[in-house]
Amino acid sequence: MVVLWTDALIYLLIVVMLALGLYLRGKEHIKRPLQQIGSSKIGMISLVVLLFFVLIGLLDSVHFKPADDKKNEIISLLDDWATPLREHGEKTYSAPFATMLYSKEMMMLADGSMQWDYPRLEFGGSHLDDPETQRIRDILQKGFYGLAQGVGLTGLFMTLYLCIPTLRRGNTVRVAPAAGAVVNPSTKAVWLVLFIIVPLATTLIHLSAYYHVFGTDKVGEDVFYQAVKSIRTGLVIGTLTTLIMLPMAIIFGILAGFFRGWVDDVIQYVYTTLNSIPGVLLIAASILMVQVYMANHEAAFTSVIVRADMRLLFLCMILGVTSWTGLCRLLRAETLKLREMEYVQAASALGVKQGAILLRHILPNVMHIVLISVVLDFSSLVLAEAVLSYINIGVDPTSYSWGNMINGARLEMAREPIVWWSLTAAFVFMFALVLAANLFADVVQDAFDPRRSGNE
Amino acid sequence: MTQYIIRRLLYSLPLLMGVNILTFVLFFVVNSPGDMARMQLGQKHVTEQSIANWKQQHGYDVPLLWNSDAQGEKKITDTIFYQKSVGLFLFRFGVSDSGRNIGADIKERAWPSLAVALPTLIVGLLVNICFALLMVLFRNSYLEHAGIVLCVILMSISSLFYIIGGQFFIGKILRLVPISGYDDGIAAIKFLILPVLIGVFSGIGSGARWYRTLFLEEVEKDYVRTARAKGLSETQTLFQHVLPNAMIPILTGVVVVLPLLFMGSLIMESFFSIPGLGSYTIDAINSQDFAIVRAMVFLGSVLYVIGLLLTDISYTLVDPRVRLS
Repeated sequence: MVVLWTDALIYLLIVVMLALGLYLRGKEHIKRPLQQIGSSKIGMISLVVLLFFVLIGLLDSVHFKPADDKKNEIISLLDDWATPLREHGEKTYSAPFATMLYSKEMMMLADGSMQWDYPRLEFGGSHLDDPETQRIRDILQKGFYGLAQGVGLTGLFMTLYLCIPTLRRGNTVRVAPAAGAVVNPSTKAVWLVLFIIVPLATTLIHLSAYYHVFGTDKVGEDVFYQAVKSIRTGLVIGTLTTLIMLPMAIIFGILAGFFRGWVDDVIQYVYTTLNSIPGVLLIAASILMVQVYMANHEAAFTSVIVRADMRLLFLCMILGVTSWTGLCRLLRAETLKLREMEYVQAASALGVKQGAILLRHILPNVMHIVLISVVLDFSSLVLAEAVLSYINIGVDPTSYSWGNMINGARLEMAREPIVWWSLTAAFVFMFALVLAANLFADVVQDAFDPRRSGNE
Repeated sequence: MTQYIIRRLLYSLPLLMGVNILTFVLFFVVNSPGDMARMQLGQKHVTEQSIANWKQQHGYDVPLLWNSDAQGEKKITDTIFYQKSVGLFLFRFGVSDSGRNIGADIKERAWPSLAVALPTLIVGLLVNICFALLMVLFRNSYLEHAGIVLCVILMSISSLFYIIGGQFFIGKILRLVPISGYDDGIAAIKFLILPVLIGVFSGIGSGARWYRTLFLEEVEKDYVRTARAKGLSETQTLFQHVLPNAMIPILTGVVVVLPLLFMGSLIMESFFSIPGLGSYTIDAINSQDFAIVRAMVFLGSVLYVIGLLLTDISYTLVDPRVRLS
């Protein structure tokens, strides 16, 4: 197993979240908003979609070197499972579900004469003898098979979910509460979404073994594979950036608000300075510097994936540096308000040390702001990645990301017939993730923001 | 008032100095000019001589902060810091790495940027406010719900999609306006329509949602209830009472970005090949022209600081409760 830098940070993030979850388990003031999220249909639906993305991202974050490999590549679990997709490259573009290449080529016919025509794809639909007549039927058949698999799988899960509580209790009278849990509107919504997502995924997976479901790109790589691989990049940018900036924002924000005076002045000066540099330019400048650094220290980056990973990490750090100021300002304002509250005054009158006041009274009471801004930032960071990659200051051009896919495909809109599939796949995947994140952020904000509770 | 403005201007000096030092550290200390030369000349097979030549050509062959070989005041002035960074304060941007005068370029390119950004801002503001007002007028109805859902969906679509989709449908399929390009004078209008339209459209989602919350906050207040109790109709309260009050945060929010309009929009300009400062910056980034990037960073922060100052002043102009002190 090989642990890349971003992998390590992702594991760290998971550990932190689990620890936080354990720590907050059973705390009354956390339970109420959580229940509110749990009973919100939109919240649960978007959470399921997000978790689905996270699952794929996690599968893509376990890297190892395959034992029988000579190329010294590092691949992830996802790559391992998608080996056919990864290796079934065509020569160049091909449309989704196509059996022919996008462009004509000179081919030798069986009788030795040459012909200028669309060649058959090497892998897409190669199992068909006569694509013209069989293709549609075959796609429907295979699609239906995959769909049935998915429905069956989800059905199995649902039965298990309903049965386990019954079996554990050991009697049959108790079926009622478990069945009642399914009838609960948000649980029903969750099962509904699962019944859509899982069959959709299995259909795509099943079909992708025979066809290029989203076509292939310029160098003949499967677009579906690229889009799925990009999920990890999007998630890493959305989460690690916040993980990196959080400590800075929390510590500085609280200190500035609590101690005021010169501490406040210095911290305010630092974040106003950083803020006054236009974000994109600061990112551009830093990424240029990283590029120069990497070019001069080529020896330190042994393989393409390590290099791309380092650049991704740098990008997260730089995005973190440019984005912590907003949260820091919010926290400062909130701390300024909190330190005048009676319970804080009482604590300091009772002789509680300042450090203890900060940790026990101030920090827990600003956490809702932190949580809300983390969830709100996520979607904008995912969107920002695409824009940055377009200006060549985003992730490494060799790594998979929606921004790189869009960047590579945007000039192809001028072709005739147009090559639309790369762009569409990237936009659809990005849209799904960002929409889910936005909806979930709304629900979280409603649940945790004290000013918002009550209305809506 | 004058006193306040002067003091604010003095406050902004340390800010700009901070920006200056930060960019200096980023551009010259983290990576030495030698590294930059190697980057420019290509990684492999670069001789020491050609690096030295490049550095001398671009004036990077002096020490960073302190020139101990020079005489008198030249100890300070014959350094990279003095020549490349201090000059920025006087808006002496110097010469780009490709040999062009940056100051002249900026002056020339600021106008096309403004020609795109200003209409986008104004039209966008009007559209967003109208949309938000409609949502507030029909609040707690299916219309509002549909509006919110629409906003979230619009927000979740990448801005690149709007640009590429807009260029494709309006420019290529319908052939209403040219896909990209720019012209001098009045002829530029036909090139500006599409970028402005797309710019406005891509901002509707987040903008209208944000203004809606501002309006809703205002609607809850006592004076609105009083107005309703007086017997004013809902539209009257909304337009005569809520709108002017909600305009305070909206306008002051706009004032911050006013100076930055000169900087243009990076992606818009490069997609529509408008010769503004945004595409200038992108070209500089792509050709790794550090002198231009440095100048743009500084220019951007100057404009931002001006924006902050204007915001504070505009607060006092529109909101009599705020006094400058």
